[in-house]
Amino acid sequence: MSEHTGMVEKRGAGLWLTHLGLIIGVAFIFFPIWLAFVASTVTNAEIIRPPMPLWPGDQFVENYTRALTAGINAPVALMMWNSLVMAMGIALGKIAISLLSAFAIVYFKFPGRQLFFWLIFLTLMLPVEVRIVPTYEVIANFGMLNSYQGLILPLIASATATFLFRQFFMTVPDELAEAARVDGAGPMRFFFDILLPMSRTNIAALFVILFIYGWNQYLWPLLITTDPDMNTIVMGIKQMFPSGDDFAHWPTIMATSILAMVPPVIVVVGMQKLFIRGLVESEK
Amino acid sequence: MATLTLNNVKKSFGKTDVIHGVSIDVEDGEFIVIVGPSGCGKSTLLRMVAGLETISDGEVQIGGRRVNEEEPMARDIAMVFQNYALYPHMSVFDNMAYGLKIAKVDKAEIAERVAQAAKLLQLEPYLNRKPRELSGGQRQRVAMGRAIVRKPAVFLFDEPLSNLDAKLRVQMRLEIRALQRELGVTALYVTHDQVEAMTMADRMIVMNGGVADQIGKPLEVYANPATEFVAGFIGSPPTNFIDGALLGRNGTTRMGVRPEHMRVSDSGKLKARVTYCEALGAETLVHLACADGTLVTVRQDAAAAFPEEGAEVSLDWDISHEMNFDLSGQRV
Repeated sequence: MSEHTGMVEKRGAGLWLTHLGLIIGVAFIFFPIWLAFVASTVTNAEIIRPPMPLWPGDQFVENYTRALTAGINAPVALMMWNSLVMAMGIALGKIAISLLSAFAIVYFKFPGRQLFFWLIFLTLMLPVEVRIVPTYEVIANFGMLNSYQGLILPLIASATATFLFRQFFMTVPDELAEAARVDGAGPMRFFFDILLPMSRTNIAALFVILFIYGWNQYLWPLLITTDPDMNTIVMGIKQMFPSGDDFAHWPTIMATSILAMVPPVIVVVGMQKLFIRGLVESEK
Repeated sequence: MATLTLNNVKKSFGKTDVIHGVSIDVEDGEFIVIVGPSGCGKSTLLRMVAGLETISDGEVQIGGRRVNEEEPMARDIAMVFQNYALYPHMSVFDNMAYGLKIAKVDKAEIAERVAQAAKLLQLEPYLNRKPRELSGGQRQRVAMGRAIVRKPAVFLFDEPLSNLDAKLRVQMRLEIRALQRELGVTALYVTHDQVEAMTMADRMIVMNGGVADQIGKPLEVYANPATEFVAGFIGSPPTNFIDGALLGRNGTTRMGVRPEHMRVSDSGKLKARVTYCEALGAETLVHLACADGTLVTVRQDAAAAFPEEGAEVSLDWDISHEMNFDLSGQRV
């Protein structure tokens, strides 16, 4: 931040103060994560005995291997796979559906077009939590409990993404669609050859947001996955907590927490480059 | 290459009539310019020929074949848009090749046709660039190239030069005309610029409020305008119109004389006061105001002496240069 070459140049004490402020801020946010990491590298006994260790121990490999391969209820590797399928399914499904519905709403004239748009928009006011009982009923009747379809389908429609793509498509000049028509491209050809490549910036940005949304789903997987083999990692952490008189194995739980954070971080860091490159390139 | 026939073509949006029936037979290889002020329906007419607007009534024929119901692609036309409408994510090559790819033309032939067009348009160094890396004139050429590679029967141009600066516009005007002659393709060209219309057209259609006021060769239209609108629209500075009453004639007619046919003299048909003189080098424009406030422009040779501003002078012209119009604007 301090490298900003604006009108006002910060120097000397100001620079150090800014840095100090930022460092304190980062430390404040990062400290719990650090504690979780430390806890995932020591033995259970070391965690329970106060004071809590502040520096990593020597159990890193053991704890993470145990978490990934055995876990507590199910191997964390399997839970991560479940989460990945769910997050990818939700992100890609939402993008595909909202791209197509925005395409229909912007480029085709059909009766009730406005009505459909507002109906889609209305669903913004109905998040999963509000419609959770009827949705559960539907999924249960379809026999989709403990399945990937059950995890993904109820969360796959997205009014926000539809709205975003609609706004983007409306900025695409009409002449482009007409030029494609003169070139002989049918509607779907225009969609795949021209609209889709032009939307890649928006798609990348949405993918980041939606992947994290899917990965962090908690309530819905908790409801419909009773089989530990179908647990997702975010809800799985909660399932690892001891009930009654059981002892918790905190290093495994903490290792799982750290592992749960890795894929979203990879997606954000990896896609950020694409996202920024896309932004720079799409200057018209 | 083909003829193009419009047979009483009409367009209405709901109850509003936009085009009130235009008919023209365009010969093979002819360059037709549709000219008119904004909102006169000239673009709509072009888009109906292209197949981008439905035809409410009448018939469009390309090469003697009725195309009213056909998709743009099936009509064998190519169109150049005002803002070029290049696909921003495709290279210049892909932009030009896209239509051919869809038509499933052989890859080698696509490459050859694009190379030919690129050579013709001097676009060879830019084939791998994206449209945003090109200047306005180069983008314009790519849009032209996209039209050329298709080898269409009819070229359609929708104000293709209006986004260019004045100098480039003059240059591209000549290039487009030369290219069209070389390829021998029938062309329909829409513009609001009467200079473009005069210089480029084999024949021009002057549109006014959805009606083709006059169709004819540029010089014919200039010398012999059919309506008051055409007389005022074609030519710069525009024709001077003087009420019949001011000349002591029938008050229900208006008389028009072109600026170059009027002269400032000591004794003449009309008294006027000089308001301003513009010396343009090759010629001088003398602006005058008549007794009833009518503004008149006289174009005279730069060598001729011009009067002082504010001077009371007389205006004179030959009767043979008079163009008389009735109240509805029709020539009488």
